[in-house]
Amino acid sequence: MSRSPWLILKWVLVALTLVLLAGGAAKFAAAGEGIAVIGIAFLAMCVLLIYGSRRMIPMKYLFPGLVFLVFLQIFPIVLTVMTSFTNYGDGHTGTKDESIKYLVAQTVQEVEGAPRYALSVGVKEGADVTTAAPVFLLTDPTSKKSFVGDKDGLTELKDDEITKTDTGKITAAKGYTILNAREINARQDLRAFAVPTDDGGGIKAIGLSEAFVGKPTLVYDKAADRLVDTKTNTRYMPQNAAWVPESGQGAALPSGWQENVGMRNYTEALTNPTLREGFLKVLVWNLIFPLITVAGTFLLGMGLALLFNDDRVKFKGLWRSLLILPYALPGFITALVWRQMFNQDKSFGLINKTFNLSIDWLGDPTWAKIAILITNLWLGFPYMFLICTGALQAIPSDVREAAKIDGASGFRTIRSIVMPLVLVAVGPLLVASYAFNFNNFTLIYLLTKGGPFEGGQTQIGSTDLLITYAYRLAIGGTTPNYGFAAAISVFIFIIVALISAQGFRSTAKLEDVN
Amino acid sequence: MTTVPATATTTAPTTRAPRRSSSDGHALGAVLRYLGIAAALIFALFPIWFIVAAAVNPAGTISTTELVPAGVSGANYEDLTAARPYWSWYKNTLIIAGFGSLAAVFLGVLAAYAFSRLRFAGRRPGLMALLLIQMFPSLLTFVALYRIFVYLGDVIPALGFNTALGLIAAYLGGAMGANVWLLKGYFDTVPKELDEAAKVDGASHARIFFTITLPLITPILVTVGMIQFIGLVNEFLLASIFLKDVDAQTLGVGLWGLLEADRNRYFGAFCVGALLASIPVVLLYLTFQKQLVGGLTSGSVK
Repeated sequence: MSRSPWLILKWVLVALTLVLLAGGAAKFAAAGEGIAVIGIAFLAMCVLLIYGSRRMIPMKYLFPGLVFLVFLQIFPIVLTVMTSFTNYGDGHTGTKDESIKYLVAQTVQEVEGAPRYALSVGVKEGADVTTAAPVFLLTDPTSKKSFVGDKDGLTELKDDEITKTDTGKITAAKGYTILNAREINARQDLRAFAVPTDDGGGIKAIGLSEAFVGKPTLVYDKAADRLVDTKTNTRYMPQNAAWVPESGQGAALPSGWQENVGMRNYTEALTNPTLREGFLKVLVWNLIFPLITVAGTFLLGMGLALLFNDDRVKFKGLWRSLLILPYALPGFITALVWRQMFNQDKSFGLINKTFNLSIDWLGDPTWAKIAILITNLWLGFPYMFLICTGALQAIPSDVREAAKIDGASGFRTIRSIVMPLVLVAVGPLLVASYAFNFNNFTLIYLLTKGGPFEGGQTQIGSTDLLITYAYRLAIGGTTPNYGFAAAISVFIFIIVALISAQGFRSTAKLEDVN
Repeated sequence: MTTVPATATTTAPTTRAPRRSSSDGHALGAVLRYLGIAAALIFALFPIWFIVAAAVNPAGTISTTELVPAGVSGANYEDLTAARPYWSWYKNTLIIAGFGSLAAVFLGVLAAYAFSRLRFAGRRPGLMALLLIQMFPSLLTFVALYRIFVYLGDVIPALGFNTALGLIAAYLGGAMGANVWLLKGYFDTVPKELDEAAKVDGASHARIFFTITLPLITPILVTVGMIQFIGLVNEFLLASIFLKDVDAQTLGVGLWGLLEADRNRYFGAFCVGALLASIPVVLLYLTFQKQLVGGLTSGSVK
């Protein structure tokens, strides 16, 4: 009998999940995303099947984690690998047809005497007004019909979904947030935004509350697969996923499309002389940095643990708590504080001031590396101190006693008895620490952002790790190149997997020896 | 210092008696020991002292910060809360890290229970696959995650950028893989006889799990939950990509933005914010120090 409230709770949870899924499915259906709707329906069926039946007990426990694992870890990994074979990036985000539509709409110019629409600018309800894709909410002055226009074209709005003024300007629309004048002015991208119309023209904004329908100066010649600029008579042909002038002279059009480039990103990273040199430099530093960090923090942490592993030390608990403070403080804070302390100017930088130095810590490639290693030693030694203390305490005292009876010196005992036992216990954690520091994005990004940059270029910094390098390629730079960044990510995965496999194998060996 | 060897000899008079001749060496050793500890303490604490000094420095800029502050004032706190929505950041951080770590532990413990107690086809390959997937640093999939959440946010704004829910969901992708090994190892140490006895009494698997097994593994749940919580408070990359709106940001992203705006002028304000931000994490560390050490090393031996 006591089971019935639990049973009710279970069904309430199942029902709640199904309602949430149905709500999501309705939204995707409204947005015309068929595949997503099918996916959600499949999920809902799984939920019913797994939690509705008395069988499949293991699945009942695995399913929640699996859903997140599949959608937000495995799927992104697959997507990353797939992206690495494409040129996805700035100006290469859509299909070829979308690029034609976009480019043509860009060149729209007002035809004299054409009607002007009343305009409001909005974004989808709940979306960020500063960055989300804009929509035009328009009213035709003659037919009084209202439309919503986005980058794909116009859709009619029903009168009961909107409120408008006498002039036809829409002041509220269901499902959209309307931007005010200040927000419109803050958005640079609106100047280039145009809603494509079916006849090949486009609707562009003029001022804050009017829009015009115009004709483009760029025309797509479908038979020849060329874009023709009717003003200059330049013909653009598709090449390498971009529109380049047929004559071979002049710049390509600002938007291309996404296409498969096969292994090009990978071969480029390995063969392009500047990239290869940079990549190798980054790779070498990326291998050395975690090694020195792990070795340094371990030696310091182990040494301290040995110092403390003695009953004669007073107030042990207090000293220990103080010593782990660097590890307990949030890492982003300490990285930023160390950046300030390494400032070269003595009136700003504590380290140069205290030691009366004038080292350009973060501006010189070598000193920047040293600064990072010092900071990471400070950040990491308390962790090693903690785990070594744990491992030391786990060593049975009779082992040490036995060594003492055999006449071993203190140093000899530590080297031949204590260290091997501690290493067996903390070995896997050292490998894990190496792997963590291999991708220690936060430290590098907050301390040096990968810099300093040498030789006037801004692509490859002296303290860049592969991950900060990939980040700059993908998001940080002026021309994001996601495809190339994804290829670098795959490289990192392969390297980390190899190192981890090797590391775990050798720690397994250590355990066998024991 | 000289009292140290004396106490040592009194606490263990019989075993140490024959070595009394080397008490000079002990005294020297003790001095060196304390010198080492003192040096480590100075190294560990001087940056923290610098933060404190800057936080109370009345002028608030970094150029006026001295190791011995000119005075103590709360001006920087007022500067901070006037310039930025600091307490929103604080709330966001606690919400994201709190719910994120709770959900992560829950997902992890469910899976670990299945892997430890239940027998099913694909159990071993599943565990191995989890280990392999973990090796693809989830950090590296940020471009793909960015694209997924651009798409999701377009249709369901509640899951998009600038929302705690979206960021938590993104974090949960790795929840199962990250903790399942540690938790499974701990489950394996809980005697099976307990569940079997309950089963004989007719308890359902869910009842056994929630009322018998789960309470027994509370210590490791605390450890894993804490590691998760601190990891999420410290997470910077995804948070900086997801949270562009200043009101939606976490402490890490927000305080970083503050320093980016003006490294000199806001330094004092930053330090006040940093000190306040450290309180929950430091308290957690100091409270659960023992469990943390035990959990970390026991996980490694398994």
